[in-house]
Amino acid sequence: MRTKVMTATLSVLALGLTAACGGDAGTGSDGAATSTGPIKIWLSNNPEEIAWGEAMVKEWNADNPDQEVTAQEIPAGKTSEEVIGAAITAGNAPCLVFNTSPAAVPQFQKQGGLVALDSFEGGKAYVEERSGDVAAQYQSPDGQYFQIPWKSNPVMIFYNKDLMKKAGVDPENPPLSTHDEFLETSRKVVDSGAAQAAIWPAPSSEFFQSWFDFYPLYAAETGGQQLVEDGESTFASEAGASVADMWATMYEEGLAQKELYNGDSFGDQKAAMSIVGPWAIKVYGESVNWGVAPVPTSAGTSAEETFTFSDAKNIGLYSACENQGTAFEVLKFATSEEQDGQLLELTGQMPLREDLQGTYSEFFDKNPDYTTFADQASRTVEVPNVPNSIEIWQTFRDAYSASVIFGKQPVEEALSEAADEVTSLAGQS
Amino acid sequence: MSTVQSAQKTRRPRRAALLGRHPVGILLAAPYAVFLAAIFAYPLGLAVWISFHDYFFAAPTATVDRPFVGFENYTAVLSDPEVRQSFLNVSKFLIINVPLTVALSLVLATALNSAIRGRTFLRISYYVPYVTASVALVGVWLFLFSSGGLVNEVLGPLAPDPSWLVNSGLAMPVIAVFVTWKQLGFFILLYLAALQAVPKELYESASMDGASAVRSFWHVTVPGVRQATTVVVILAIITGANLFTEPYLLTNGGGPNGASTSPVLLMYQKGIEQGSPDTASAIGVILVIGVLLISLVNRKLLERD
Repeated sequence: MRTKVMTATLSVLALGLTAACGGDAGTGSDGAATSTGPIKIWLSNNPEEIAWGEAMVKEWNADNPDQEVTAQEIPAGKTSEEVIGAAITAGNAPCLVFNTSPAAVPQFQKQGGLVALDSFEGGKAYVEERSGDVAAQYQSPDGQYFQIPWKSNPVMIFYNKDLMKKAGVDPENPPLSTHDEFLETSRKVVDSGAAQAAIWPAPSSEFFQSWFDFYPLYAAETGGQQLVEDGESTFASEAGASVADMWATMYEEGLAQKELYNGDSFGDQKAAMSIVGPWAIKVYGESVNWGVAPVPTSAGTSAEETFTFSDAKNIGLYSACENQGTAFEVLKFATSEEQDGQLLELTGQMPLREDLQGTYSEFFDKNPDYTTFADQASRTVEVPNVPNSIEIWQTFRDAYSASVIFGKQPVEEALSEAADEVTSLAGQS
Repeated sequence: MSTVQSAQKTRRPRRAALLGRHPVGILLAAPYAVFLAAIFAYPLGLAVWISFHDYFFAAPTATVDRPFVGFENYTAVLSDPEVRQSFLNVSKFLIINVPLTVALSLVLATALNSAIRGRTFLRISYYVPYVTASVALVGVWLFLFSSGGLVNEVLGPLAPDPSWLVNSGLAMPVIAVFVTWKQLGFFILLYLAALQAVPKELYESASMDGASAVRSFWHVTVPGVRQATTVVVILAIITGANLFTEPYLLTNGGGPNGASTSPVLLMYQKGIEQGSPDTASAIGVILVIGVLLISLVNRKLLERD
């Protein structure tokens, strides 16, 4: 019996080893870069973007019947990044994904799943001319563009004027500029019973949650610093501690809740404020009497100088694509001035291009609500484009959860320990 | 003629030794054997191989180097406090979940085996959570156990603070109770089947000797279903060690502050989200070895006469 069990175990291992050792990687085809023909693209699964994507594809196909584009929503998965990562590994990724998270780009690049846009004639110039200085944040450490900065959702503080009024706060101009003002206004909201929480960012531990609590305020506090710069973590600093301390006070005093709200806390009026991008105008426009303010800083930076997190989604050109020549042309078509205008019109999201307000002045004249976000879009900070990006954010989130949300560790100690680990991760290949 | 016969005689035992007395059995078992090899053996073997290499998922067209790194991945995960915490968490889970599963399923199966009113209804009722999607059940438990949930409403001032799912001391026990409740129907079914094999005469003898219902349960039922108990314990350990959905959904990714992170949840984070299948595989291999060892010890303890 024992011999049989041993034999079976060894057989199992041998089978796996044989298969593993046999799976050697091959090489890519060089002709794909100029090849033209039909291609597939994936779109994000929100209705507005799908509407834009389908219209864009229809227009392209009408003019290019020999290079037909087929669009579909990103297949269902826990996250888009997981689905794209699996498709890269399986070799069946589409040519373009119009929802590539900048945080996942270093990993996709390491996997050999992305094509550098610099490898196409005029590729680099196109990216830099369209987006201007902001493009630099999207370069890989070796200076190449494995993504085109497409659109941003610069996050700001959205507030419910009715709840502010109920709390005895001036609804037209609530004091939210400094950390102290933000805390005081939050206390009024909760103490008055106007809402269960002043603000309710997700307190869960997913790696990306810090983009919607700590990071926007950190970007503002530092005047535009990324979490990692020149291979070194930056947040174990006075600015980092100041932002983290403010949030720690919010959780400690019950002004922000430690438990995840299963729904839309702002829409359900359980929270008086929310950190959101311009998409919120369409979502809450009719149902909430809203106002918008820049994220606070300790000193109360003026709105014109306040930075925030971009919450950008970009377009990646994937190496499994057989007709990369067509894919690059479609990419340029989809990010042309005309298509960017359509995107802005249909989704309210901000194309990552220079002089946004000047280029689409007609839209902003007709929709003045979006002007504040458009202005904010010129001062955004992206996630750092460094190796082990996701692991870095998870490391930060774990330290933030332990210290800021649950108070199990002193804030500065947690930030300092996480900073060392993040620097080490950023230095690995 | 005689030469042919003797050749046939020698060939037959050899073939019998190789293919067994009923070679057609191999044919019938082959599809399942292939299924096992493809779905279980291959991934397990591959995971072991990955755990000894600097491995990451890559595009088929990419040329990548995956050097052998010996026990480096194992050293990395064993020195990671997060990994150690996850194994401690799952141990807590098993300590609560396994005894509770065995005790409740045996008692309820015994009750449902006797002639009680509404037996069929109750049997179905206990089985319903097992066949219902975890996501739907988690939604109900969130409604029950969140800060403003029904349980806290009922408990009033006795409600724990912080509440159940954000309390580092209570999150894992709540998950353990949830999983026990969800899987109870399946284990009751196992015990009900085992109870049919316990001879009625033993209960009659015990009754004639004046044994009470409780004594009869301890001295007839419990020993009578010992084989089933072994299966229940081993299955509960295996499913418990693979805990993922509940900490992912009920406590939002292993919260609060990692108090309900399970090794499989960490494997998902490291292997899929963070692109480090090598360290994820090392955690997986350690988990498999741990489960095998615990199962073997349980089998030795439970099957001895």
